[in-house]
Order: sequence, then C-alpha cells, then structure tokens
Amino acid sequence: MASTMLSLASVSPSFSLSIQGKIKLGSLERNNLFIKTESFGRMSMVAAVNPSRFEGVTMAPPDPILGVSEAFKASTNEMKLNLGVGAYRTEELQPYVLNVVKKAENLMLERGENKEYLPIEGLAAFNKATAELLFGADNPVIKEQKVATVQGLSGTGSLRLAAAFIELYFPGAKALISSPTWGNHKNIFNDARVPWSEYRYYDPKTVGLDFEGMISDIKTCFVFHELYSPEGSFVLLHGCAHNPTGIDPTPQQWEKIADVIQEKNHIPFFDVAYQGFASGSLDADAAAVRLFVARGMELLVAQSYSKNLGLYAERIGAINVVLTSSDTAARVKSQLKRLARPMYSNPPIHGAKIVANIVGDPTLFSEWKAEMEMMAGRIKNVRQKLYDSLCAEDKSRKDWSFILKQIGMFSFTGLNKTQTENMTNKWHVFMTKDGRISLAGLNLAKCEYLSNAIIDSYHNVC
Amino acid sequence: MKPHDGDSVFAHIPHVPEVPLYAMLVAFSKDPTPLKLNLGIGVYRTEDGKPFLLNVVRRVERLLVNDMSTFKEHLPTTGMAEFNRLSAKLILGADSPAIKENRVTTVQCLSGSGSLRIGAEFLAKHYHHQHTVYMSQPTYANHPNFFNAAGLAIKTYRYYDPGTCGLDFQGMLEDLSSAPSGAIVLLQACAHNPTGVDPTLPQWQQIRQLMRSKGLFPFFDSAYQGFVSGNLDEDAQSIRLFVADGGECIIAQSYSKIMGLYGERVGALSIVCKTAEVASCVESQLKLVIRPMYNNPPIHGASIVAAILKDRDMCNEWSIEVKAMSDRLISMRRQLFDALRDKGTPGDWSHIIRHVGMFTFSGLNPKQVAFMNQEYHIYMSSDGRINMAGLGPQTVPHLADAIHAAVTIGV
Repeated sequence: MASTMLSLASVSPSFSLSIQGKIKLGSLERNNLFIKTESFGRMSMVAAVNPSRFEGVTMAPPDPILGVSEAFKASTNEMKLNLGVGAYRTEELQPYVLNVVKKAENLMLERGENKEYLPIEGLAAFNKATAELLFGADNPVIKEQKVATVQGLSGTGSLRLAAAFIELYFPGAKALISSPTWGNHKNIFNDARVPWSEYRYYDPKTVGLDFEGMISDIKTCFVFHELYSPEGSFVLLHGCAHNPTGIDPTPQQWEKIADVIQEKNHIPFFDVAYQGFASGSLDADAAAVRLFVARGMELLVAQSYSKNLGLYAERIGAINVVLTSSDTAARVKSQLKRLARPMYSNPPIHGAKIVANIVGDPTLFSEWKAEMEMMAGRIKNVRQKLYDSLCAEDKSRKDWSFILKQIGMFSFTGLNKTQTENMTNKWHVFMTKDGRISLAGLNLAKCEYLSNAIIDSYHNVC
Repeated sequence: MKPHDGDSVFAHIPHVPEVPLYAMLVAFSKDPTPLKLNLGIGVYRTEDGKPFLLNVVRRVERLLVNDMSTFKEHLPTTGMAEFNRLSAKLILGADSPAIKENRVTTVQCLSGSGSLRIGAEFLAKHYHHQHTVYMSQPTYANHPNFFNAAGLAIKTYRYYDPGTCGLDFQGMLEDLSSAPSGAIVLLQACAHNPTGVDPTLPQWQQIRQLMRSKGLFPFFDSAYQGFVSGNLDEDAQSIRLFVADGGECIIAQSYSKIMGLYGERVGALSIVCKTAEVASCVESQLKLVIRPMYNNPPIHGASIVAAILKDRDMCNEWSIEVKAMSDRLISMRRQLFDALRDKGTPGDWSHIIRHVGMFTFSGLNPKQVAFMNQEYHIYMSSDGRINMAGLGPQTVPHLADAIHAAVTIGV
C-alpha cells in the first residue's frame, strides 16, 4: 500500500539484535550484567537485514596520473618507458635517496634524538632554514621578521593551509590558476571552498608561454570586494619548473607579471616545488619569488622538499606568508597554526629534521647542492640528447627547441590526446593524455627510441 | 576600498591566543625552581621525567637507515598497505571476521588527530543520516575541533560524575537514548582522556546494545591500546564488542603513546562496513578526502610500525615495553595513593587507583590547582587532570605534599 511504503521510506535504519549465548541483559543498573569475554566468538548477534550506512557511497574515479604508472606496470613489452612518473629516477631508472639524506639520518640516529611532538608550527630550526633558503638569509623581510612560516605536509599540505586561510579571511576571494596547472591545485581549492578561475598560460601553437593571454587574463580577472579591503585575487604562480608544461616566464616577463599584479592589487601565491632542482641552483630558482619580495609585495609561498631533497614520502614543506610588518606576520602565523591544529595537531618530525640538519651543516649543505646539480644536470643532459635525437631523426623542419627551453622534470611535448595514445599503444611509452612527459623517467639510452616514437606520433597520427 | 601603499591586505587578521595547555608548558620550562613538576603534558615520561624512545623503535630505525632497498617515493594516498593491514589486525584482532570478509577499509593517517579529521570529513560528505557528533563531557580538548572543522555539530553526553569520581553511567545512557537516531557517537576505546574513567565491559555491552537499537553510529578513538591492562587485546575489547555484532563503526588509531612515535604522526583510520563492496567504495572516497589535504601520508613512522608488527620477536619486545609503561603508570598511582593515605590527607583518594591509563581526574578544583602551582610549582591543567607519567618515585612525595596543603588549607 502506498502509505505503508512511504512511511517505510521515511524511517531511518535501525538495528535490531537477537542475542544468543551467555548474556543476561539486566536493567540499567551497574554490575547487573554478566558476560564472559571468551564467549565472543560463539556469540552470534544477528543484525537484522539493515543496509550499510554508506550504501549510497559510489566508487570514486581513479586518479589519472596513477593510472599511467599502473598501466606501465601491467605492460609486458620490453621496450616500455614510464614517462608518467613524478619522482626523480637515476640514469638506471631507479628511485634515488640522496647520499646526504642518508648521512643526515645516520647522524640523527647516532644522536639518539627523541620523537616528542613538534609545536603546531613545526620544527623551529626547519622553519628558519626553509625561509632563509627561499628568500635568502640576508633578505630584509627575514631580518625584520615579516615572514610567517609554518611547516606543512610538503607542497600539498602547505597549499591546503594557505587555501583554508584564504577561505576564512578572504571569503569570496578567487584563486587564479594557470591553464594548465598541476591537477591537484583545483582539488585543493575546491575542497577548501575557494573559488578559482584560469588564466591562459600554455600556447599549443608555439609549445610555449601565451604571455599576452596570461597578462590579459590577470588584468581582467579583477574582483571587487565591497566588504573589506583588499580587493583582488590570489594569483597562483609556479616559482620555477612549471608543472605540467616545463615552461617558465623569462626574468623580463616576471617583471611584467609583477607589474600587472601590483596594478590590480592581486596577491601573488607561489608554488615552489623545484627550488634547486630546476636549474641546479637554489638561488637562481628562487629569483622569481625574490623579485616580487624585493618590490615590497605581500605574498604567499608554498614550498616542498619532495624533489630537491628526494624526501617525497616524508611530506616536508612549508607555507610562508610575507607581510608588511612583523606584528601582522605574528598574527598570520597564529592563524595558520589554528588551521593546522584540527587537521593533524602538529606536523611530522622526520623530514623536518633531515632538512634542518642538512641546511645547518656547511659540509652537508655543500654536498646537497652538488647532488642537486647532479640531478638537474642529468635532466638537462637527457633534454639535450632527446633534442639532438629529434633533430637527427626528424626529416621535417619542425622546431623541437622547446624541449631545451622548457625546464624541470616535466615537458609538454605538444602531442594531442590521439597522438599520446599512439605513443602508448604502438610504442609502449606511458605518459599523461595532456602530452606531458617526465624527463625523470628517461635516460640517455632511451632517447633515440623516444624520439622515434614522438616523431611517428606527431607526423603520422592526427 | 583600495589599500594605500604600505598597507597590509592582511591588516584585518586577528591574533589567535596560544592553546592554554601549551602556554602552561612554556611557563613550566621557564620556571627556574629546581623542584617543579610537569603533570600537564600528554606524553609518557620515564621515572626520571625524560622522553622515552622505545628500544624496539631504536632497533628498527637502525635497520631502516641501513636498508638500501628502502626508498622515499610517495606512498599511495591510502598509505603503506602493510602498515594498514597490520594496524587493522592490531585493533580488531588477527582472527576478526570483519577483516576476513574484507569489510574493513584502513587508511594510514597522521596519528589519531589526522584519523579523526579524515573520518570527520568523510562523514560530513558521505554520512547523510545525522550531522551531529556526541562526545563525552569532558573529552580530549581537541576533539570538538576536528568535527567543527568538518562542519559537523557537536553535542555532549554525560560521562564523568564528580561526586563519585567515576562514570555517570545512568546519565550517559539517558543522553545517548535521547540522541536522534543516526547520530554519531565518539567513544574513547580505553584510558579515557582526561578523566581516566572507563566503562566496564558489561557497561560497554549496554552502551553497544543501546546504540545499535537507536541506530547511533560509533566513532572510536583508540590512542592508548595496551596502556590500561598492559595487554593489547584486552584493551581493544570495547571496539571488538561492537564489531562482533556485525554492525558498522569508525576507528581512529594512534601510535603516538603506545609506540612512543609522537612526532612521527602515525595512525590509521579504519571503517568497518557492512559489505566488502561498500568498504571498497568507501576507500575510494577516502582518497578524495586525503588527496587535497596532503596527498599521501608520511612514511617514516609507518615503516617503523610495520617493521615491528610484522616480526614476531619485535612485536613481542614491543608488547613487553608497553606493559612496562602501563605497569609504571599503575605503580605511580599506587605510590601517590599510599603517600596521601600515609599523610592522612582528608578525602577519598581511591579514584587515583581506580582510574586507568595515563591520566586521572584528581578531583582538585581550579583554585587548588592554582595554589599548587604557586606554592609548589606543580603544573597541571585547571580541570584537575594529572598525567601519572609525569611522576617518578622521587617526586611523588612533593606532589603529595602539594595536594595535602591544597586540600587542608581550605583553598
């Protein structure tokens, strides 16, 4: 009967139990119950046919980038190449733990350091070291204590803290992100309930930067907030080695970007995941950030030590906010702590100590710089070899120099979705559908093979 | 309103005061008095008041550092698979039917805190029956924050009876009875923080039966498995009771205290589901909660836990060290009780030895606590909570003197 069905539908599920075994359920008074703990196994308490509380939970779609690695693993072809990997690999295509990291871990072990909770803001020695690495130890903003630095869970966690801060204190403010950008950027802002829109960045015609489009979109994405000052949006910029394109603005272009951001009272928000890993030089890779700071601009910077110290799984990074006064910096820091506390109480210690120990010891610091140069150098060598192979093998006059102009772990090849599929299906080269390859997953020996695959896909597939 | 040059766009950001407990700890460290006691901490200490790095942990770290086959590449979003498996077994029991039936999804999280937050976010997104969480009055100070941050409403159920220094079981059952069907109920699996008062197993049975009959959803916080009885299985009984009836629950596990891994932030969130299909969907959705927060969890602590739990000898060694910690807490309770009895301190102090785990609600009021701080340099939270691990045989007399003075001077 319709009315019965309706009433059933509106009743929330309840459990009814029939209990067998040596249980006597008495009144609500204490000590009235008797139970033998060892009879649990023999008890059969039948929860009547009630659905799961999570019956409606659907299967989430798989992560596209993870899918690339999984497909690679599943492939049995001996020529297969994994260019979806987001971690540095050696020339032998093996994972790499930096020697200097092992040394630091041994030192920590010898010292018998304990594992007490860090403060909410993280390890003080790490926070000091990370800000100095980023801005330069002599930077006035550091000397004048105008930087709020809080240890975060690598780049992702630091971005999330910043996004949560933006949502709380700049309600309605937008994030402007490059098109394309790292996939998780959108997820972070979505989850933090920060609205976002895109500015043009990648130009498929040149396989380079659409600079005019970028400037134009940053200019027009001007949002006026009536409720409070400031106006403006948070412009997410990759400090160096743009992911996924590998295309960075030139120093002159950075100046113009800073001009338009200042003009529109936007707030720069840097994601620095490759400092030192891009060019091999920590200072050179921080140039864009330092340019903005030198102009007296307030800005946010999320840092990660995943790539440059190979500390991926240790989840070590930081969120830095540069303010106009030390008082504001102290207040902002207290707010970042307030947001971190209900996320995980305090951050993990191991990666922070590794960084602090390396940066704090001149010998280890030099060794780190050398290993970083080696990693960046290998990537550059591979880019060169790939470029040379492409030029040698490709009979057309196509300009492949973008491979050399791009920087960092990733490169946009300019291949479209169908061409990428050809790369995988015909050549067993596993990469993401946007045409991105990870140079970290390539070695000199495979460059010729890869160049053949790229040339075939580019010319023979539409 | 365009800001003027030099104005900060962050000018409107207010200052957040320091968490009171942390401010108190800072005050303790600055106190120059030699005879001072820190009973406000939330960590285990040796009888010399020092941090304790477990021997088995030290051993494992040495092995890990020298193991050339270990790398630091990203863990999956759900964490280290072996760690997850072993954690589920630890809390649910090796022979748990729920595990055998693949009805449990376990994801590595950042200690108990991270597990609570991820669990709260998941419930806020996917649990549509009620968006209210009931927690004990009182409870661990940070508990409301995890659920608030996820947008869930907080209510409390009566728990501590200051008259008896014990459980207000009647009040607890009444309040749970009047909770709306489908409400989430936060339960501390054992060694209740801050009171030290746990339900007995028969009481847990009643709680379970009431909750199941009212359709209340159990969310367990397990941060002290092994710290009550010294036995890991025994201290998991409350949870296993609920799982044994075939119903669903969520469990946040922490290795901070039980393995001394505090700063490594190691924990696990387990969701026990009705079916394997549901568990599978739930796991896929948990990834979508975790990825935009921090992508994947930290490896170091999980490596340590997995190495210990999977090796019979090391696991045995660990359980002995847990028993030793638990025994020391019990010993300190005994010594404090005896000292107060020997001094003839007025009042019934038997709750000190009745309470379990690391903490005890002493029954001291804020005025008495302030007096003890001023005159005896005892640092503890104003609700009267004492961390027994902050005591050693040498310092028990000092605390007994302080309590005696506070109680007899009529503060």
